[in-house]
Amino acid sequence: MKIAIASGKGGTGKTTVSVALAQAFGEPICLIDSDVEEPNSAFFTKPEIESTQDVTVPVPSINRDACTSCGECSRVCVFNAIAVGGKTALVFPELCHSCGGCARICPENAITEQPETIGHISRGQAGHITTFEGKLNIGCAMAPPLIRAVKKAAPQGMPVLIDAPPGTSCPMITAVSGADFVVLVTEPTPFGLNDLALAVETVRKLGLPFGVIVNRSDAGDDRVVRYCETEKIRLLLQIPESRKIAEAYSRGDSLLSAEPQLADRFRTIIRTIQSEIAQ
Amino acid sequence: MKELVIISGKGGTGKTSVTGSFAALAKKAVLADCDVDAADLHLLLKPDIQEEHDFYSGFEAIIRTDDCTACGLCEELCRFDAISQGRRNACGTYRRRPACSDPEKEPFYIDPFACEGCGVCVQFCPANAIDFPEALCGKWFQSQTRHGHMVHAKLGIAAENSGKLVATVRDQAKKAATAADSDWLIIDGPPGTGCPVIASISGVDAVLVVTEPTLSGEHDLLRVLQLANHFKIPAFICVNKWDINPEMTARIEDASGKAGATVLGRIPYDASITQAQIQGLSIVEFNDGAAATAIKTLWESICQKMK
Repeated sequence: MKIAIASGKGGTGKTTVSVALAQAFGEPICLIDSDVEEPNSAFFTKPEIESTQDVTVPVPSINRDACTSCGECSRVCVFNAIAVGGKTALVFPELCHSCGGCARICPENAITEQPETIGHISRGQAGHITTFEGKLNIGCAMAPPLIRAVKKAAPQGMPVLIDAPPGTSCPMITAVSGADFVVLVTEPTPFGLNDLALAVETVRKLGLPFGVIVNRSDAGDDRVVRYCETEKIRLLLQIPESRKIAEAYSRGDSLLSAEPQLADRFRTIIRTIQSEIAQ
Repeated sequence: MKELVIISGKGGTGKTSVTGSFAALAKKAVLADCDVDAADLHLLLKPDIQEEHDFYSGFEAIIRTDDCTACGLCEELCRFDAISQGRRNACGTYRRRPACSDPEKEPFYIDPFACEGCGVCVQFCPANAIDFPEALCGKWFQSQTRHGHMVHAKLGIAAENSGKLVATVRDQAKKAATAADSDWLIIDGPPGTGCPVIASISGVDAVLVVTEPTLSGEHDLLRVLQLANHFKIPAFICVNKWDINPEMTARIEDASGKAGATVLGRIPYDASITQAQIQGLSIVEFNDGAAATAIKTLWESICQKMK
């Protein structure tokens, strides 16, 4: 079972919901924080960190003695990450997508690929929850390779929850692809609805089954609920606005520690999704 | 002309509500929404679109199944797990085409959502069976609003290259601001620290980071301040909903100062911000409440600091 928790709009409660689902599950489960630009779930799960490993991507390195500045590498690179000037080729690592085209095309075999660190993954344990968090180095532009790496870090066969990054572009798509079900978290405001609709179009295009959780459900109006009715989207849960929840969140206390009675609701959601996937 | 970007690190801290208010307060400003994959500023500014442009960026590899010899080299070379024999759905399960009786000869297929557009498969396909058309990634717009000219965009559903679309929006907004001899270019930025954020902030005059008094807000703020330092961009910070946790607010302001940022203001929790949003207005146009007053003071401080 792989469930991704995504949103479109940021700050709607993806991490809150991911942690609540993991805690309510009550059996061994992996929680993958794939919001590698700004991972936050560990504030609420407070895991014992067991191991940390660097994540690298291969980046070309030019052997200047062998390079004849023929320009083939530069021609094949669609990302403009290699330019040929003077006597040799120059690499711009921050533009490189690590496709390997330059190393393969070089007629002089003058290009080798060297690992470049883009971030790290830490694995931890918090009760029945095994946590995996990816964190992108500052100044590093490309999140998807690290998202792919942190998703692969979870052991095969264990149920998995993926806390996705906000938005609807490459990082979000990399995080949710391959999931059996996507939980979209939103809030009942114009911004929440606009971005939910984008997220819905995205997961529909990807062909993934999904449902919606409305957070701070009484803080705006009923436009999200009406949208879900019109679009025949399953509403999984509505979480009311409460200062108690907001204050708990600010301290790093989880939703279920502030509102323990919600645990049953989250358990029901995850069991329902689980049995649907099994069919 | 001064170029100011509003960012946050963490999403949902109030970037767009603050940007919308600045739009109403600034005189002679051009506005831009660089949060292209979850754009919301248009919901407050109600732009009247005057020009619409297609945005092509990058390429998408497509195998011509009739010419594919099923040698499998493309799958072997693809670093992005985008190629498989037989069409597969998003869950990675294969759906063999019933028309093909010999599984060995089943053509290969490229998953458009996983394709990076690097062209390695195109370059090395021995049968030259892969097309590589330019990809339509979205649209960008020149618009007029009640608070001035606005440049904004809509990334295509499940499209890539949001960083390049951000760069296009900024570029066009800058041209519009220069042409109109504007005093300000005010940009609503994306969350995070990755490619769209880097494209939004590189070379601007200052960033305003809007954060919230939570552990996540603090963590994400400090990361985005590191990014601003990395690009040597002056950073201002402002804690939204500061009264949810006054101790955390003080801690964040202290840490921001140590990280080299200037603390410029606090905005109290105010439920009428949501009400203003529902009306399609910025809070400073909606009422004279606590949040509106705080944002007006914040704008005055920014005007002074960036003189």
